[in-house]
Amino acid sequence: MGGRSQEVLARRGEIMRRALGFDYAAFERTPIAFDYEGLMASHGLSLDDVRAIQRAAGVGGTPLIELRNLTDLVRSYAEPGYGARIFVKDEAANLAGSFKDRRASVSIHVARERGYEGVIAATSGNYGAAVASQAARAGLKCIIVQEAFDSRHVGQPEIIEKSRLCEAFGAEVVQLTVGPELFVVMLELLEETGYFAASLYSPFGVAGIETLGYEIAEQMRGLTGAPPTHVVVTHAGGGNTTGTARGLRKAGAHETQVISASVDLTGLHMASDTDFNRKSFTTGHTGFGVPFATWPDRADVPRNAARALRYMDRYVTVSQGEVFYATEALAKLEGLERGPSGNTALAAALAIARDLPRDATVVVQETEYTGAGKHHWSQLAFARENGIEVRAGDPADNVPGKSIVIPERPEQIRARDVDLDRLRRSYVRNALEHAPAGYEPTAEDVAFLAEDAHTTPEAVERIVAELRG
Amino acid sequence: MAERDGCVPGDWVEAERVVLEPADRAAGLPEDTARQPLKMWVKGFACQSARIGEEVEVETMTGRLVRGTLTDVLPGYTHTFGRPPAELASVGRNLRVRVAAYREREGR
Repeated sequence: MGGRSQEVLARRGEIMRRALGFDYAAFERTPIAFDYEGLMASHGLSLDDVRAIQRAAGVGGTPLIELRNLTDLVRSYAEPGYGARIFVKDEAANLAGSFKDRRASVSIHVARERGYEGVIAATSGNYGAAVASQAARAGLKCIIVQEAFDSRHVGQPEIIEKSRLCEAFGAEVVQLTVGPELFVVMLELLEETGYFAASLYSPFGVAGIETLGYEIAEQMRGLTGAPPTHVVVTHAGGGNTTGTARGLRKAGAHETQVISASVDLTGLHMASDTDFNRKSFTTGHTGFGVPFATWPDRADVPRNAARALRYMDRYVTVSQGEVFYATEALAKLEGLERGPSGNTALAAALAIARDLPRDATVVVQETEYTGAGKHHWSQLAFARENGIEVRAGDPADNVPGKSIVIPERPEQIRARDVDLDRLRRSYVRNALEHAPAGYEPTAEDVAFLAEDAHTTPEAVERIVAELRG
Repeated sequence: MAERDGCVPGDWVEAERVVLEPADRAAGLPEDTARQPLKMWVKGFACQSARIGEEVEVETMTGRLVRGTLTDVLPGYTHTFGRPPAELASVGRNLRVRVAAYREREGR
């Protein structure tokens, strides 16, 4: 990378310290381990404080709705006695149309308390609109940096719509072509403006999502007398899984299984100019989901507060066509036009509910707003324009970047399990590779890695021995 | 496409600039990305008169001054819902029939 970028990256630590108002070094323990719970408590806000901040910000308290027609649809082809009750947490009801408002509300609260003049976030997702909306309400300036176009200046309709919404809320939107140097641009902007870094991955942002898990447990107690047996979460960078799971625990829902779900985009390169517009999902996919689960600290902050592998009991993938089908079914059967990316969890839930007994309860987390561009029809039309074959058939035949196969029947929707042990191994390998050469993990490291990978110290030791052997 | 071929000071416009030339881009990029410059587009209020393709300075919503090439005046959005994909057109009808048949079987 050129000289200017190198110089900016060399100042990264100092820029982020100023832009976040605290130093992550205080939580480092060893070259591998850090004090995760200490980091998560560092803002000093209780869950009740966060709820109060969100109430004042017009965020949260979204409806939790039973999907009776989809439940009966699943029961119509499930084995007798099977077909769990399906519910959805309608996060689209937040001001800017997604659960990202929860993250943004806490970040903006902290930025205002600490006297920052404005905020910056690097995101092509719903988070941009959430930050822009909350910043507008708080009277803060806002810059959203987006990876928006390929080198032909062509952008997915879904991303263009998100640019529009950010601008509608008065944000300055910096649109870039494909490439990881977006991070350098963000650092330069932070340095130039002195604004707050409203990172998706700060402890403030993730604290904002805990209220979501808490609400799900509370609302399900009201509707069924107990927390849900399963929550299916659309998974990308890990915040949704982490915050939802932490909130469920804070509400005492220790038995609830947390299942992360991503759209399978295996084979597409996330930094490729040509692959950029050959994917029909801009988030909720394995291109974020797998790398962030196996190395969360790739984020724009020194330590990622979103650590999905810690919290997922199961990780499944669905195909693009299955999510588009589920999106259409949700609108036609339940009168809820949402998504499409957020309906990744819905598609997975339709498959998972089929294999669960009727007294099980599955909450789909999340929905997101829909509109021109951010819609399954426009994404499919765009896919066709970009040479992707769209056809009806068996979704198992889908090839990311080449074909999107729309199911002919709901029975064809399948949730395919990702091998969590493979992800754990990959995570431990990444942790060892990021430590200084020759560093031997201590007992503290092994305990940390076990917790971070949701496994036992013995399993971590086995993986380390295998990797070293 | 711009409807006007130039701007006067105060107009809401879009400007483009190259952030990194291909030679200055990050190491390890896929080849198709590495051979392209990293480009940026920002919108703001024009500080001078300029024609499309000429250099202009804009004042963005946060008050930053950014120089670039004028690409659009009153830039808008044209994304749509598009036509319904044929593969999805009958999903609603089929599923409603299936739910109704299931409920009838169940005696509801």
